[in-house]
Amino acid sequence: MLSTIQPSRCLSRFPAHLRTSGRTKARSLHVFSSAQPVTTVPHQSQILSIRDSLVSRHLSAVQVADSYLGRLKQTEPQIGSFLHLSEPDKVLKQAQEIDDKIKRNEEVGPLAGVLVAVKDNICTADMPSTGGSHILDGYRPPFDATAVKRLKDLGAIVVGKTNLDEFGMGSSTEASAFKVTANPWDLSRVPGGSSGGSAAAVSARQCVVSLGSDTGGSVRQPASFCGVVGLKPTYGRVSRFGLMAYASSLDVIGCFGSSVADTGILLHAISGHDALDATSSKREVPDFTSQFLSASSLKSRPLEGLRVGLICETVDGGVDSGVKSAIQGAAAHLEQLGSIVTEVSLPSFSLGLPAYYILASSESSSNLSRYDGVRYGNQASCDELNALYEDSRAKGFGSEVKMRILMGTYALSAGYYDAYYKRAQQVRTIIQKSFKTALGENDILISPAAPSAAYKIGEKRNDPLAMYAGDIMTVNVNLAGLPALVLPCGFVEGGFVGLPVGLQMIGAAFDEEKLLKVGHIFEQTLQGYNFVPPLIQDGAFA
Amino acid sequence: MASTLFRTIQIHPFLLYPTAICRRRNGVLYCTMKSTQTQTATQEKQQPPKVKVSQHTRSKTLEKITRDYEAIIGIETHVQLLTLTKAFCSCPYNYGCQPNTSICPICMGLPGALPVLNSKVIEFAVKLGLALNCKLSLNSKFDRKQYFYPDLPKGYQISQFDIPIATGGYIDLDLPLEFGGGHRKFGITRVHMEEDAGKLLHSGNGDYSQVDLNRAGVPLLEIVSEPDMRTGIEAAEYAAELQRVVRYLGVSNGNMQEGSLRCDVNVSIRPVGQSEFGTKVEIKNLNSFSSINRAIDFEIARQVSLHSQGHGDQIVQETRLWEEGAQKTVTMRKKEGLADYRYFPEPDLPEVILTQEYVDGIHNSLPELPEMKRRRYEKMGLSMQDVLFLANDVNVAEYFDATISRGADFKLAANWIMGDIAAYMKNEKLSIKEIKLMPEELVELIASIKSGTISGKIGKEILFELLAKGGTVKGLIEEKDLVQIVDPVEIAKMVDKVLSENPKQLEQYRGGKTKLQGFFAGQVMRISKGKANPGLLNKILLEKLNVKS
Repeated sequence: MLSTIQPSRCLSRFPAHLRTSGRTKARSLHVFSSAQPVTTVPHQSQILSIRDSLVSRHLSAVQVADSYLGRLKQTEPQIGSFLHLSEPDKVLKQAQEIDDKIKRNEEVGPLAGVLVAVKDNICTADMPSTGGSHILDGYRPPFDATAVKRLKDLGAIVVGKTNLDEFGMGSSTEASAFKVTANPWDLSRVPGGSSGGSAAAVSARQCVVSLGSDTGGSVRQPASFCGVVGLKPTYGRVSRFGLMAYASSLDVIGCFGSSVADTGILLHAISGHDALDATSSKREVPDFTSQFLSASSLKSRPLEGLRVGLICETVDGGVDSGVKSAIQGAAAHLEQLGSIVTEVSLPSFSLGLPAYYILASSESSSNLSRYDGVRYGNQASCDELNALYEDSRAKGFGSEVKMRILMGTYALSAGYYDAYYKRAQQVRTIIQKSFKTALGENDILISPAAPSAAYKIGEKRNDPLAMYAGDIMTVNVNLAGLPALVLPCGFVEGGFVGLPVGLQMIGAAFDEEKLLKVGHIFEQTLQGYNFVPPLIQDGAFA
Repeated sequence: MASTLFRTIQIHPFLLYPTAICRRRNGVLYCTMKSTQTQTATQEKQQPPKVKVSQHTRSKTLEKITRDYEAIIGIETHVQLLTLTKAFCSCPYNYGCQPNTSICPICMGLPGALPVLNSKVIEFAVKLGLALNCKLSLNSKFDRKQYFYPDLPKGYQISQFDIPIATGGYIDLDLPLEFGGGHRKFGITRVHMEEDAGKLLHSGNGDYSQVDLNRAGVPLLEIVSEPDMRTGIEAAEYAAELQRVVRYLGVSNGNMQEGSLRCDVNVSIRPVGQSEFGTKVEIKNLNSFSSINRAIDFEIARQVSLHSQGHGDQIVQETRLWEEGAQKTVTMRKKEGLADYRYFPEPDLPEVILTQEYVDGIHNSLPELPEMKRRRYEKMGLSMQDVLFLANDVNVAEYFDATISRGADFKLAANWIMGDIAAYMKNEKLSIKEIKLMPEELVELIASIKSGTISGKIGKEILFELLAKGGTVKGLIEEKDLVQIVDPVEIAKMVDKVLSENPKQLEQYRGGKTKLQGFFAGQVMRISKGKANPGLLNKILLEKLNVKS
């Protein structure tokens, strides 16, 4: 029996990379330089590995959960990914139930024993859901978001609710009403945002995968900052039911994983029409999960003929030079894999940012009206109705949220509507058209996920315009409603061992399949990088 | 009174904390508000220099109006739709059920909840749009109308702004004869779909208010008329016709008391000959057609009185409340300029796209509408009084149609329905759907009388039995042996019997007291148990009485 156990399997209670990179090797990463050759193990799907272990009964769900909970306990005080953690006993109890089922030879879901973290603006019935806002401090929804419900139905265990910029409004998770989350690669830096907690949790392997939300880049930019894979699905692919609305026409629930395969499996689990969301698509969801071939079975030029357009506006002046060279390196790698990379221009690209901030603020000013202190959440103690509204909202909302409500209210006001909201909608149409053209000539488009790697906590806090400018790479994709995958492709100097840089791949509407396929091949064939933060490699699991 | 605005709010310490309760599905939801002033005090305070309009001056000014002034009246009507579930969630709505028992995360506006349109709302909107002769927008959309109020859970109402589902129609009606009669055609500006808000329940002493969200999210159609009406009665009849149309279509119960049909009226006046409109005043709290009529006439008189006394500047753009008790309108709130609702397209709902086939399908399935019905009855030769009576209530009209389609004499059927049947319904407080007499039995009854099988008198007796207990005319006639006696020989026998039993009266008759004929006829009828054919009876009786012996 023992002889049949593969090394990877018996170690699979630990992240895959740990199996080969022992203590010494991990330490050597501290003297990282971008030219340093590192022996890496291809990203392996944690979900598939857990499933294999459970089905073959080499590991129990309790053992898997235990290993993650141990790491969570150890790393959480420094990183602060979570606003709320499920009781460990409760997690273990759910794991035990899975083990019992396996013992009884009963069918378990494809996500059985997979620990999932959920961004706190996504409703969970058995845990608080605050959206990172004081106005919902202690609020517990009476229902699970559709995405959460689907995950639970497939056997996943929700391990906690992750930190975020209040209601998703921010790019660094510093606008959370409750705490600051640190970047696992360098604790003095931000994890990105607004889904910073979900990205940090996956990066620090505190959970297997996590859900985030992406309105203007809130999954992709933190994925880039934290060195994990982030996927923003096509608008309508995943039900928004249970996602606290920020900007309804742009919001999507997105996925984080430590590999493209995990991200794809997670997306597959939550995708598809939902009768509770009128904007969710009725399109059939292809089985993304069948295409994650192992690296060894790939052809020598597996992306032969793939037309890749590098958006030239994304690699010009405003971009960090380290990021630019990482992206150029990624483009070269794609060429090596057989694809044809050309530069493509999207002239409307720079219009995206102002259009996005007008539309998102306008919709948010409306979506946040329901937080009035009357029915739920924090209610100020007042004896007059208008004072109740004013005090509840003045005390409940943070300054970034208030600023966006003000901007949005202004943009929708009589006399300004045409100049702002309507004009921004026209820009949106232009952007959609230009993407359509570019994606007609190319199979995918690539760009950096952010103009820089993770910056220092506090660095941009008092400079909202600089913070907003950081969203330039991602907002256009939301305006066009397209799917985009961000995966780590290199490093820039910074932190102890360098800071990860994410490559953004943009696909045609509802063609997540292609992005996942290309992303998986890219990831499996990328040599010389290790995208596990040193904190974890160091943090011995004795 | 119910819609009086409360500007003060206070948490009641003994009521459950809202957040805690909201977690419970179908739980009780409280928000308590405290008012520091009584309602009337608030209203009195806001009132402008008072204009007293006595009953006497009212009729005087009304006279004056017809000479010197013209009133311009437009109506906004909200019709609550008879859908099984609310507009954007699957909660049922039943008027009068316990507060907050028909609510869910969606109609409570909980974080993360999304609206999904009930397709019946579209169907009903298209029906009403077509019935009101409107042009339908094949591509319309929903918009958000934003304002804060405790009965509006999301902080915005899902409505339609710049592209309503139906526009540019009209409605035909006939004024009742007691108001002078006459045909009218009033323009319909638009029909649009929207959701209702919840309700505030104010405590008896005005200390606090509670929020009931049962009604939140119930589908409404708002119908905006052109400013085509000139008098209170025209406005009231417009509303009554709208009620008939929605009831004929089956899209609403149109019940004003329950608030299923609510009218807000805009009234302005101008001197005859002036082309521009005067300042318009909105009147709310109109719970019946007669209050629409009276409120408008009061308001016209008030405005004319102000204008004619040179105080035209005191007519300001405001919302006034009709006080049924005092029979007057009072200031509710003054508008500080135009409210900015910051409308924008509802991003949670896809556009509403109708196909021509869909519209045609509904068009072809429309029932006969009140106006068509009235014209048909009129053509049949019924008087306008009868036409209006029969077509007024869709159920009465259907009943009448059911009898005449089975071959009943329409004039007789109309008389029975408007006479004894209507009287019975009124006494017993029943609707025509609740009476036990089926239309086919009314047909049979009419035919039995016409053919002489039973007498009219017996017919009436049977009618009340059928109305209360049901059954068939034939069965009752048989059961009670009620077939009319038309055999002269049999009647002659009875007459002979009566004459021989009453020799004294016979002598008196023959002595010239001919009034006694009625006595003899009554006696014969009594022994025939009312079955003797009255004509035959009288003929034979007279013959026998006048025989010279």
